[in-house]
Amino acid sequence: MTGRHHRGSGSRGALLLLGAGLVAGYAGVSLWHQRDRNAVDRRPPDSAPGRTSRRSRGDDYAVTGRTVTIAAPRQEIYAFWRDFTNLPAFMRNVRDVTVAGDITRWVIPAPTGAVTVETRVVHDIEGEQIAWASTEESRIETRGKVRFRDAPAGRGTEVEALIAYVPPMGELGRWIAKTLGTEPAIQSRRDLKRLKMLFETGEIATNRNRKTD
Amino acid sequence: MRALTWHGKHDVRVDTVPDPEIVNPRDAILKVTSTAICGSDLHLYDAVIPGLQSGDILGHEFMGEVVETGPDSTLRKGQRVVVPFTISCGACFFCQRQQYSACDNSNPVDNQDLTEPLYGHAMSGLFGYTHLTGGYPGGQAEYVRVPYSDVGPIVVPDGLEDDKVLFLSDILPTGWMAAENADIEEGDVVAVWGCGPVGLFAVQSALAMGAGKVIAIDEWPNRLDLARKLGAEVIDFKRTHVLEALMEMSGGIGPDAVIDAVGMEAHGFAPDTLLDNLKQRIGVGADSAHALREAILAVRKGGRISIPGVYGGFLDKFPLGAVMEKGVQIRTGQTHVQRYLKELLHKIGEGELDTTFLISHRLPLEEAARGYENFRFNQNDWTKVVLKTG
Repeated sequence: MTGRHHRGSGSRGALLLLGAGLVAGYAGVSLWHQRDRNAVDRRPPDSAPGRTSRRSRGDDYAVTGRTVTIAAPRQEIYAFWRDFTNLPAFMRNVRDVTVAGDITRWVIPAPTGAVTVETRVVHDIEGEQIAWASTEESRIETRGKVRFRDAPAGRGTEVEALIAYVPPMGELGRWIAKTLGTEPAIQSRRDLKRLKMLFETGEIATNRNRKTD
Repeated sequence: MRALTWHGKHDVRVDTVPDPEIVNPRDAILKVTSTAICGSDLHLYDAVIPGLQSGDILGHEFMGEVVETGPDSTLRKGQRVVVPFTISCGACFFCQRQQYSACDNSNPVDNQDLTEPLYGHAMSGLFGYTHLTGGYPGGQAEYVRVPYSDVGPIVVPDGLEDDKVLFLSDILPTGWMAAENADIEEGDVVAVWGCGPVGLFAVQSALAMGAGKVIAIDEWPNRLDLARKLGAEVIDFKRTHVLEALMEMSGGIGPDAVIDAVGMEAHGFAPDTLLDNLKQRIGVGADSAHALREAILAVRKGGRISIPGVYGGFLDKFPLGAVMEKGVQIRTGQTHVQRYLKELLHKIGEGELDTTFLISHRLPLEEAARGYENFRFNQNDWTKVVLKTG
């Protein structure tokens, strides 16, 4: 009895395996078939920003960027941003900004203690664009720009921030920063949303029930 | 102050917590006078919506007296106001288009990270309804902080007592928008699943908008009675085959519009419900949607589907084929409360709309936990619980 039962379940298992194999084989063959018929030799660039590409750039820089539409005039947002001492009002991860001549010093809390980033404005188009790059004194190598464009249909201004940086400790450092929520991609997304709140509502939304919470 | 706080599935308690303060310039602080338990609070009570933390204050249907105002608030101390459950800044792209429940700015930035991957876009802030929608402390409390107090709250005249206007905060505009989303034309046959507060207000609203016949579907005799009193015909799904009955009651055509006022916790004995519930229990984020599936099959070809019922996650066995092949339209969404306040307050003032028929129980805030338990497990008799403070 027992022996027959074993034989029975064994052959059922084999049948299942055979069935699964057939299904997988069929799926594989049909995929291959489709691939064969729909292959594209060369993909010309599309209209999307490079940072949304499926492929990385293949250098040491991590590039991140984000666009937000703010219902406010372009000049006003530009002017607010251009005075870098305003930035800690919406950049949570910037503790302090000091401007001396054309050098700006940013104090940024990091897992290893505060880091000072030193940048210089490399390109400034009134009302349109501010670009910066780190100096040789800077602890982190970074460059970036923020662009201001009129949004369509009177929706205000499209603010696009682009940041390229060399993550300290490479991919590992980037991963650590990501899990702590301090990675520039996360930071810039949150910062831009806070800037939007500040301009559109005059305050930054909070669920705190008390000032000291 | 005393406040109703959430501590886990079927565990809510009235605790002592710190009083709220003015935090942002446009804030106001209310002394809550009346607050209600909403059907959607039961999704939290049953812990089928994630994102609550132990100690969170619940409650998004409330009204009260202004006791403190920030420098940019337009309210004055002493005013009586009803507060929409949707928190809206009034200035963003969506608020400007009166899509208040899609407000871009009211959900704090860190909380926006929770819904952005889930829904593709971050949700707006809501009072007392999980950290997905802002983690704002709710109004089932003695005091509540109201952000953007110059946009949300509506001042109510002293002549109208709390019970007449409290439901402007959510369920009355929700029932109204449900009927509006059903695009009702004169003489239409409209079927409404669920005779909870929103379903009943949808019945009332559909009739006010000119529906020729409204058919309300539920299993609780008392709730079906309330629908009947509003002027609806009723179907008890425990005694009747709903789809067959709807075809027969609409001359073999099917209802012109259907309203799902049930949402993600459809119950009753149906195979798809059992499977949905099992998946909810093992936490794969599945919604239970028997009512919606039935509504989609019931609606006539080219008809309209309105979904005021709350859904939060994913749905399978969704009869999209029926939607496409029959060419029906679906409209849904959290209620844009602020859009409807003036008009509905006017109708209440003129006596055109009465909402007090719904209230079955009035309890002191201290007994809120008993209110939750009975609203959940004694549905026939407990149709709406209003909590009174002080």
